[in-house]
Amino acid sequence: MPKTGSGLSLDGLGLPLWLVLELTYKCPLKCPWCNNPVDFDRYRNELTTEEWKAVLREGRRLGSLQLGFSGGEPALRKDLEELVGEADGLGYYTNLITSGVGIDAERIRDLKKAGLKQVQLSLQACDSELNETMVGIDVFDQKIAVARELKAQGFPMVLNVPVSRYNIGQTQAFIDLAADLGVEYIEFANLQYYNWALLNRSELLPTREQLEESEEVVKRARERLGNKPKIYFVIPDYYSERPKACMNGWGSIHLTIAPDGSALPCQEARLIKELDFPNVRDHGLDWIWKESPAFRKFRGDDWMKEPCRSCDEKGKDFGGCRCQALMLTGDAANTDPVCTKSPHRHLIDEAVAAARVRGPRTERPLYMRQRGQENLAAAGDD
Amino acid sequence: MVSGKRPGATDVVEINPMYLFRWEEAQQAHVLLYPEGVVKLNEAAAEILKTCDGARTVDAVIADLSARFDADVRDDVLEFLEVAHAQDWIRVKP
Repeated sequence: MPKTGSGLSLDGLGLPLWLVLELTYKCPLKCPWCNNPVDFDRYRNELTTEEWKAVLREGRRLGSLQLGFSGGEPALRKDLEELVGEADGLGYYTNLITSGVGIDAERIRDLKKAGLKQVQLSLQACDSELNETMVGIDVFDQKIAVARELKAQGFPMVLNVPVSRYNIGQTQAFIDLAADLGVEYIEFANLQYYNWALLNRSELLPTREQLEESEEVVKRARERLGNKPKIYFVIPDYYSERPKACMNGWGSIHLTIAPDGSALPCQEARLIKELDFPNVRDHGLDWIWKESPAFRKFRGDDWMKEPCRSCDEKGKDFGGCRCQALMLTGDAANTDPVCTKSPHRHLIDEAVAAARVRGPRTERPLYMRQRGQENLAAAGDD
Repeated sequence: MVSGKRPGATDVVEINPMYLFRWEEAQQAHVLLYPEGVVKLNEAAAEILKTCDGARTVDAVIADLSARFDADVRDDVLEFLEVAHAQDWIRVKP
């Protein structure tokens, strides 16, 4: 997930400080912005418990510090507690990134005992009806119960809100709910448009007016509430003039291991079909990180073309996102088209211009995440 | 969560229990780990944080560090504690 805005801005000395394990692509939710591949069902050969443990050991030897258990829904793996225990023993700061589905008080106790440090719980709406519309199943009450139980058992928590046109109007209600739950952080993560989200972009991208209104609500809440909870607000990069510093640069601090053992510089990187991503079943993590062609491909700035090559901001945003450059311009080595210096910026402007408030009659049904939709990947948005 | 008052001379401070403070071999530095974040600390910051053990007053910490480094570190310590408090790394023990 090309996430910015939370905490980490650090020269990692070239080490993969951030290790994310996507334990499985399986998930009970059907979020139409899921960042898993559209053909997620192809990847069924998940790493075994022992294979994941080997990744954890090698990651620590390489200098990884922050560990995210993600997915799909990581709690679907029965060995989650065992892997958390292994990771904690190795010295990671362990984060669980979950929908909350499949977790109950007993599991929360076991995760705590295993050494889990923090939980990031997703919430898509402040009422059960909209939440069901957005994720395809009725899980709102369950999520709230899990949030309360996590707080009761003393976990620091991030409430993660994937923001789209559908729920941006609930910004205030989300903040009130976060304060009521007593979570430390609420993160408004405006969607990034890859994979499923790109398929549904015209339906999900908020308008500029909606975005400004939401930012104003956040500003007032910060003044009123201070840091209780601390509010992160990640704007959609489409509304920026410069691209996000995606992953702090390719192969710079971030390493994702997909369910099948593929090692990726970011969770979306498989979109770049020309690259052959190494697998932990075939190679050591040390070689993968330092030597593999896929991780060296866009490391540093030698690969850059104009306008990035001569740009004085290239050390700040690293040319933006390689996956976005590929998806929208056809070449992963191009400048991220979000940049107003990019000759492809019109692609972003057109998507922004097409964003508009819809009523029930003008809405196109969302493509919900499900099996057998591989053909959609080729169809693209609209 | 920035909460409570800023640390004064007679207060006892401790590291925010949400944070993990430890030596990290690969970085050759002390680090603070917290939800989705890492802070790498310089030596002076690490030395001061080591004394935020929830047992000593700020005054005692200053006396200890001044003696160990053979210098008056009062202003440096107070300045750092204020930053650390604003960042939520430490809190005043009630």
